[in-house]
Amino acid sequence: MPAATLTAARSLAATPAQARTIGSVEGRRAFAFREVGKRFGDKIVLDGISLDVRAGQFLAVIGKSGCGKSTLLRLLAGLDRPSSGSLTFGAAEEGHSRTRFMFQEPRLLPWASVVKNVEIGLTGIAGGTDARQRALAMLDEVGLADRADEWPSVLSGGQKQRVALARALVGQPQILALDEPLGALDALTRIEMQQLLERIWLDQKFTAVLVTHDVGEAVALADRVVVIGAGRIALDLDVPVARPRRHGSAELAHIEGTILDHLFSRT
Amino acid sequence: MSLAIRLARNGAAGWLLPAAIIAGWEAAARAGLIPANVLPAPSAVAEAFWRLTLSGELIRNIGVSTLRALSGFAIGGSIGFALGLANGLSALSRGLTDTTLQMIRNIPHLALIPLVILWFGIDEEAKLFLVALGVFFPIYVNTLLGIQSVDPQLVEMGRVYGLDRRALFFRVILPGALPSIFVGLRYALGIMWLTLIVAETISASSGLGYMAMQAREFLLIDVVVLSILIYALLGKLADSLARLLERLSLGWHPAFQKG
Repeated sequence: MPAATLTAARSLAATPAQARTIGSVEGRRAFAFREVGKRFGDKIVLDGISLDVRAGQFLAVIGKSGCGKSTLLRLLAGLDRPSSGSLTFGAAEEGHSRTRFMFQEPRLLPWASVVKNVEIGLTGIAGGTDARQRALAMLDEVGLADRADEWPSVLSGGQKQRVALARALVGQPQILALDEPLGALDALTRIEMQQLLERIWLDQKFTAVLVTHDVGEAVALADRVVVIGAGRIALDLDVPVARPRRHGSAELAHIEGTILDHLFSRT
Repeated sequence: MSLAIRLARNGAAGWLLPAAIIAGWEAAARAGLIPANVLPAPSAVAEAFWRLTLSGELIRNIGVSTLRALSGFAIGGSIGFALGLANGLSALSRGLTDTTLQMIRNIPHLALIPLVILWFGIDEEAKLFLVALGVFFPIYVNTLLGIQSVDPQLVEMGRVYGLDRRALFFRVILPGALPSIFVGLRYALGIMWLTLIVAETISASSGLGYMAMQAREFLLIDVVVLSILIYALLGKLADSLARLLERLSLGWHPAFQKG
């Protein structure tokens, strides 16, 4: 088995949050995959993926079920290690520890209040009243400041996912990995969440990597769409549409059509 | 109708049936339907209660029995809890001990009484040993089950967000296992009294069970019935305390958020 190399340090001693200087660094690289492969036993899930992502970019990764798109995300977040190839980060000393992961499910601790759940995102970054203040500010950002002291069980599905988003972003990550976080929501809540996500992304300028099976969602949110098929990059497409974007506009529909054609004509 | 609903809400309804039974029992005894040497009237039991309270005998025996029950519970419960944690968290520990424990679990602990009397005589150790053994398994099994049933997705989330092992245990695993641990606790409290009654009835020189056996020797049937009633009350008291504790620590659980 070829030795996997992870160039970035895995240290959890994160640099202070204010060290985030994105915004003036247009064009700087956030992370890069070099010929990354991943096997589980005999099954090849990823087969030589090379991908260069600029800091602050909103990347969407699309593919059919089981194409390896979630595996790609797990490698990025350090939840798995590549079987071959390497993964480098723009700011080498930061690496995985500045990457936050948002799951398909909210995964909130039912025995902790909403604000305590958000504070989990500040583990190793801040504590005590400072953590609470920052968590409350982030909850305000996602529109749930008034629910801070309630139990997660009384929230709706969309509200839970907003708390999960606040938890992911409260530590001001440089890269946010999203694994179909909106998949379980109803259509209207979904659009609301997409707008919230876009607004916060425009505001904080982190690099976003969204895995989704919804081409419409990918096109509405992303600067760039990557289609994965059979463990390789099958299509890499920019979405040069100005924001704010209108759902169902002709431009977006055209790009969506191109991607769908590609998804169903080959494979 | 609305009175019944209101009573049911504040928990008083649970006491209606015992009160009715006692009233019926008293009436039947007074009418001569139940001979006094079979079952004495509640008033006779109350009289025995008063007599024994004045002599100090009752308080002393309750004190002795409670102390035995709680010490046995503390010993067996803490060993069960510790092993449940260890086996829930470590596959190595589970592999080494779980099979043995499951085999021992299938022996009714009261079947060990003859052996225990041979080992310890009728001293305190015999009672402590039996109570500890009886309490051990419900606590062990439910702690282990609780830890094993903690949502692995939450544990993964904790790891991704950089919680260290200590924080992961206290903030994710233990709270997740708590509902199951409480089930074990309440079950163990029941076993605790049961074991103690049997052990004290068979071999003791003080305590409630001893008091009941002495009363039988002298045909004091009112004292026998009194001891049985006190056991029922102590059992209910222990259960209520456990439930209070449960409500206080499981406030997040949807099942405890109403009422």
